[in-house]
Amino acid sequence: MNIFYLLIGVSLFAALIFLGAFIWAVKSGQFDDSKTPSIRMLFDDETETQENEETDDKKETN
Amino acid sequence: MENQKFFYDNKIVRLFILATLVWGIVGVIVGLLIALQLAFPVFNFGLEYTTFGRMRPLHTNAIIFAFVGNAIFAGVYYSLQKLLKTRMYSDTLSKINFWGWQLIIVLAALSFVFGITTSKEYAELEWPIDILITLIWVTFGWNMIGTIMVRRVQHIYAAIWWYLATFLGVAILHVVNSFEIPVSLFKSYTIYAGAQDAVVQWWYGHNAVAFFLTTPFLGLMYYYLPKAANRPIYSYKLSIIHFWSLIFLYMWAGPHHLLYQALPEWAQALGVTFSIMLIAPSWGGMINGLMTLRGAWDKVRDSAALKFLVVAVTAYGMSTFEGPMMSLKSVNQITHFTDWTIGHVHIAAMGWNGGIVFGMLYWLVPKMFKTKLFSEKLANIHFWISTLAILLYAIPLYWSAITQWLMWREYTPEGFLAYPNFMETLTQILPMYSIRIIGGALFVVGFIIMMYNLFKTMAAGSFVNDEASEAPALVKLGSRNPAQETIHRWMERKGVRFAIWTFIALAIGGAVEIIPMIFIKSNIPTIESVKPYTPLELAGRDLYVEEGCYNCHSQMVRPFRWETDRYGEYSKIGEFVYDFPFQWGSRRTGPDLARAGVVGGPMYKNAAWHYNHFMDPQKMNEASIMPRYDWFAKKEIDIDIIPAKIRAMQKLGVPYEEGYDEKAVDDLMAQAQLVANDLKASGIEIEPTKQMVAMIAYMHKLGRDISTPAESTAQQANESSQTSQEELKEVVLLTGDADLAAGKEIFNSVCAVCHKLDGSGIPPAFPSLADGEWINGNSPEQVYKSIAEGNIAKGMVAYKSQYSEKQITQLTSYILLSLNKK
Repeated sequence: MNIFYLLIGVSLFAALIFLGAFIWAVKSGQFDDSKTPSIRMLFDDETETQENEETDDKKETN
Repeated sequence: MENQKFFYDNKIVRLFILATLVWGIVGVIVGLLIALQLAFPVFNFGLEYTTFGRMRPLHTNAIIFAFVGNAIFAGVYYSLQKLLKTRMYSDTLSKINFWGWQLIIVLAALSFVFGITTSKEYAELEWPIDILITLIWVTFGWNMIGTIMVRRVQHIYAAIWWYLATFLGVAILHVVNSFEIPVSLFKSYTIYAGAQDAVVQWWYGHNAVAFFLTTPFLGLMYYYLPKAANRPIYSYKLSIIHFWSLIFLYMWAGPHHLLYQALPEWAQALGVTFSIMLIAPSWGGMINGLMTLRGAWDKVRDSAALKFLVVAVTAYGMSTFEGPMMSLKSVNQITHFTDWTIGHVHIAAMGWNGGIVFGMLYWLVPKMFKTKLFSEKLANIHFWISTLAILLYAIPLYWSAITQWLMWREYTPEGFLAYPNFMETLTQILPMYSIRIIGGALFVVGFIIMMYNLFKTMAAGSFVNDEASEAPALVKLGSRNPAQETIHRWMERKGVRFAIWTFIALAIGGAVEIIPMIFIKSNIPTIESVKPYTPLELAGRDLYVEEGCYNCHSQMVRPFRWETDRYGEYSKIGEFVYDFPFQWGSRRTGPDLARAGVVGGPMYKNAAWHYNHFMDPQKMNEASIMPRYDWFAKKEIDIDIIPAKIRAMQKLGVPYEEGYDEKAVDDLMAQAQLVANDLKASGIEIEPTKQMVAMIAYMHKLGRDISTPAESTAQQANESSQTSQEELKEVVLLTGDADLAAGKEIFNSVCAVCHKLDGSGIPPAFPSLADGEWINGNSPEQVYKSIAEGNIAKGMVAYKSQYSEKQITQLTSYILLSLNKK
């Protein structure tokens, strides 16, 4: 079953890319804040459905 | 900070939504068609273009890549822009993505109808389309990553992580599984042989479930569920944890599709282990989805969109529990090759994928068209119809699976299979197939109601192609942020060590699989007697692939007594080394064919039987649900392509002698003439260049190479049966009504296939038992012997291994006393 060499290689390659993405994510602070992102995503389209003037202050609070 | 003005691209989202609806209705209607075909073969319409073998891949691909694929793009293109506060990176790439994907779908539909397929499930498309898919998929990824680069929000929301994993996962899987050597524009051979092909294909197949039907949908769930409920996701931390663990674990679970099959035991165990582990990250997603609604369940009451999303997440939780359970070997012997798997995937596809798409559309369409949903009531009706449809679909199939499995493995007290005739186990579950049709039809009705509702909503609303918005530009976070600073310092101190530990963790998993490979010379024990396909057999095999026979017939006998008794010797890895692609199949709607060429074996049928059966299966057996393949007798074998096929095979390492491509056509013609002569002896005239001849040659190749000893003893037995008459067992006919009825039952279910219900047969291949003429005499002893020992030369199966002496005596009595009288 030599094919496993290939599949393990490819799977590890994928895992390494994911690992790289993970390290980048931690490094760039993607996971520093695990509270506000989940709330902020709820607001973003309220700014879209209303007039732009009203939304400016909301954005600043985000 | 200065706000930047920009416009969201809503037009591309609307295009993908429309494509989702159009291909979705096509996909479910084709699904309904194949459900009808399985219960009523008349719905194959007697046309080569509409047989189950060609329609089933059309259904699966239409649902997965056309319906779900377009829905993924719609959901991603909308949420990505909103989450990152930017327009898509490139309108041109968006358009190429959309139109390229639709082109792929049209080409795919055409190729399935015309029988152009690689037969690798969910990767059936031929090499030109494979290349096109790669290009369009890269376009999608490029556009998505470009959008992430130009974002105006520092934080990349959880949903987008899932989208990124989707892009990367599918890209890798698709490329690795699609390595193939083209023979012509419409035909290629995969570079992997037999068991290796099976491993790669199910590594792909399982991860297609992971990275096309799961990760993008978890991404959609993380956006659309909080949006529709207007509640933040229950735990953002949980989303991070289950994301990283899920994408890592999925890659290793593929071998659970090949349990008890021709695969090293350790590979099976590994697949099972990772499958069990997958429960944890999968349920992380379900818990996160359902708990988001805590304190907001009243909203579910009022919103059809939320109802669909809730059922979707529930279905996801059920399927991801059921999946690991099905990966346990003891459970897998029930669920594999039966309808259980079909039920399982439909809970996932209709419930999880369908539910997320419907929920998303009911929320998104009114939002984009700046109006209310045309009718919340109709949406609720759709919800209830759809939920009922899933139940009516799945429950009969679970029932059918257990019924059929119990029948397959049932033994009589005498130690014979209780249902040696496969057809009995199929007719038993046909009522379940009828109920499944009702489930499927309801799902279609629900879909149509949704389309009406959404089109009405679109008509009532106002749509803006380019929606204006503004947001401050992204400022790179530097050392100003103290929290950021500590992370940086932490990474500086621990980053290298962390990376090393992670690498070790990954390497252990890899080493466990690699090291045995280095020390054990080969995990594929080769079998000397297994020979490459002759050109005619190869042509027949390619027809088998083209017609999608693998959709109903497996070629994999598992090492259970109840399988080896029914089909013959269990399958071994070394048998498949010349199989490009492998044809093990995954559902036995019809009997296994791995031993169809073993002369004297329980599955062997002679050429005349195959001819008659291909021409009209229902003539051979009224209860058969196989479509007819009468065009095999009309259509010619493509002989011009044979040398190119031989050369491709040589490239793949098949040991044809040097320059064999020159002689292959002569060999093909010579063997075809032999088959045609064989048929002529049974009174069937056919030109040797017809496809029928190649199919029969291929049927007779299956399993033959490992059965040579049995064949020679069978021939000896045959010779002795013609010469010696003295060793006949004394037979006393049974005249009781119960015995005659028992004999009649066996006759009608087994013998009538060739000899017909009234015993008139299909002369001259299958002689009449009712006309008073007897080839071997009509003494009870002689008839008993013909049944028990068979007549291999004429294609009569020896039934002594399938029926007890009493049963054969009952059968003899029925034939001589009841049938012959008429």
